[in-house]
Amino acid sequence: MSEHHPIVIVGAGPVGLSAALELAALDRPSVLLEMRSAESDGSRAICWSQRTLEIWKRVGVAQPVIDRGVTWQVGKVFYEEDLAYEFDLQPEPGFAMPAFVNLQQNIVEGLLLEAVEAAGVIDLRWATTVTESSSTDEQATLTVDGPDGSYVISCDWLIAADGARSTVRRDAGLSLIGRTFEDKFLISDIRMTGTMPTERWFWFDPPFHQGRSTLLHRQSDDVWRVDFQLGRDVDPEEETDPERIKKRIQAMFGDDIEFEIEWVSIYRFQSRHLENFRHRRVLFAGDSAHQVSPFGARGANAGIQDAENLVWKLDLVMSDAAPESLLDTYSDERVYAAAENLAVTTQTIDFMTPQSDTDLALRTATLGLARRHGFARPLVNSGRLSVATVHHGSPLSTADSAVFEGDVELGGPVLDAPVHGSNGDWLLDYVGREFVLLFYGSTSDVPAGLPPDLRVVAVGEGGDIVDISGLVAKRLGWSEGCGVLVRPDQHLAARWKSVTIAGVVAGLARARGMAEAA
Amino acid sequence: MSVNLDTLAIDDGDAFYEALRVLHDGKTPHESAVLNFRIILLLANQVGDEALQEILRVATASE
Repeated sequence: MSEHHPIVIVGAGPVGLSAALELAALDRPSVLLEMRSAESDGSRAICWSQRTLEIWKRVGVAQPVIDRGVTWQVGKVFYEEDLAYEFDLQPEPGFAMPAFVNLQQNIVEGLLLEAVEAAGVIDLRWATTVTESSSTDEQATLTVDGPDGSYVISCDWLIAADGARSTVRRDAGLSLIGRTFEDKFLISDIRMTGTMPTERWFWFDPPFHQGRSTLLHRQSDDVWRVDFQLGRDVDPEEETDPERIKKRIQAMFGDDIEFEIEWVSIYRFQSRHLENFRHRRVLFAGDSAHQVSPFGARGANAGIQDAENLVWKLDLVMSDAAPESLLDTYSDERVYAAAENLAVTTQTIDFMTPQSDTDLALRTATLGLARRHGFARPLVNSGRLSVATVHHGSPLSTADSAVFEGDVELGGPVLDAPVHGSNGDWLLDYVGREFVLLFYGSTSDVPAGLPPDLRVVAVGEGGDIVDISGLVAKRLGWSEGCGVLVRPDQHLAARWKSVTIAGVVAGLARARGMAEAA
Repeated sequence: MSVNLDTLAIDDGDAFYEALRVLHDGKTPHESAVLNFRIILLLANQVGDEALQEILRVATASE
């Protein structure tokens, strides 16, 4: 038996499921292969970022995740018994999505699966393992083992979202560049009725776990993530013994604490990524392409952004509306993001696991000062939490010809803001899926002769939507007559103080990967 | 910003040197290292970014 499909996705984790949903939203069917016979067992990833929620909002999954999960935005860092640093991830109001929602990965996958079933064009095959894969410049071919035996599938494009131990990556002969760190960490997800607030709490050198660090983070259904730093020379079997974990939890919450252990895992930090996320007809996304320390929630959230970045480019290439080289910019942009996430999380690792007496002395000095003095608090690093990547220097961006003072950066996503209009109450409801020109002014002021395949949204009196709180203007840093070109993934490709047809045409061509033709 | 590398900006140099030295009396090497880093962090925040880059450059060039 042999079959051919336009798109096959390997891996039905959050990244593969999100990619399939994004494709379905563009009327692109896909075949989704998963070696498991149901969603993940343990909770694994728990923190879903604002940008991830904004992406899921477009496929109808954000609200179910918010409803089912716990919303949070404040983090506290303790040194011994004292508060050393506190951060608020969404200090300014005016966003549709919260800073973060915590929800067990398996529950998130269940919600994504409901959307996958409802989409109707996603052929999800459980218990199907890729045993062999290869790719030419024309197509990729997979040999798979399914419930009914072995068969071959070929496809025009293969999305490899098959995780850290990616078979597709192995078969392509590619390896991740980077490091594995020695320190071991214990994740224990426990079920207990706690009275702690819904905040991220992190301890350096607490009385209950001296000389090491601990993270406490709430999930849904009274499940709490407790992550203990264990050090280098520990025996994983001893440390995952339930009695041993019980002692650690009791030291933290008192001997009377009643709890059940939901899931336990020992891990070490990985800081690695592929040098190129595209290999012929294979596109790597998520953990198959990059792995970082979990303190910062920069793994799965980066993977969701991979999927978002990839799908519109794949759609344009498959429609012959863009050159195949547009897919190389997927690699350019997301390798840039992976490198940034790797650099940021490596700084966290260096703070969390000092490797020398000098490193430890510097950290002790920092934590000691932070306990008493505000200036030292921002130096305390227990994880810098995931934010949307600004693709600085992207080949798809048109360099600014004027200074924009807003919060939105060229190459970064448009920031949400409340608006009045007929299609939703938020700015992000009006951009995405196709190229959009946001224009500051009334509809009648929009210059005539813009490309017909560019959707124009006029913002202002007499326009399509109204900037009701002034936050659109503040965040975009724009004024009357300005125009902003937004990509299908809601990232900003170009902006002008004064919109000209020639400028928009060139900006649009560049954003579609046709810079030379422009 | 140019960093003052030519003249001492402290009134009584010997007294300052002595004060800095005795801060470390009775301290283990680790405790001394922590104290030194506390001083460095406080001074760094006092002088700010621009002078700091120059100071780090001069310090490493003076080995």
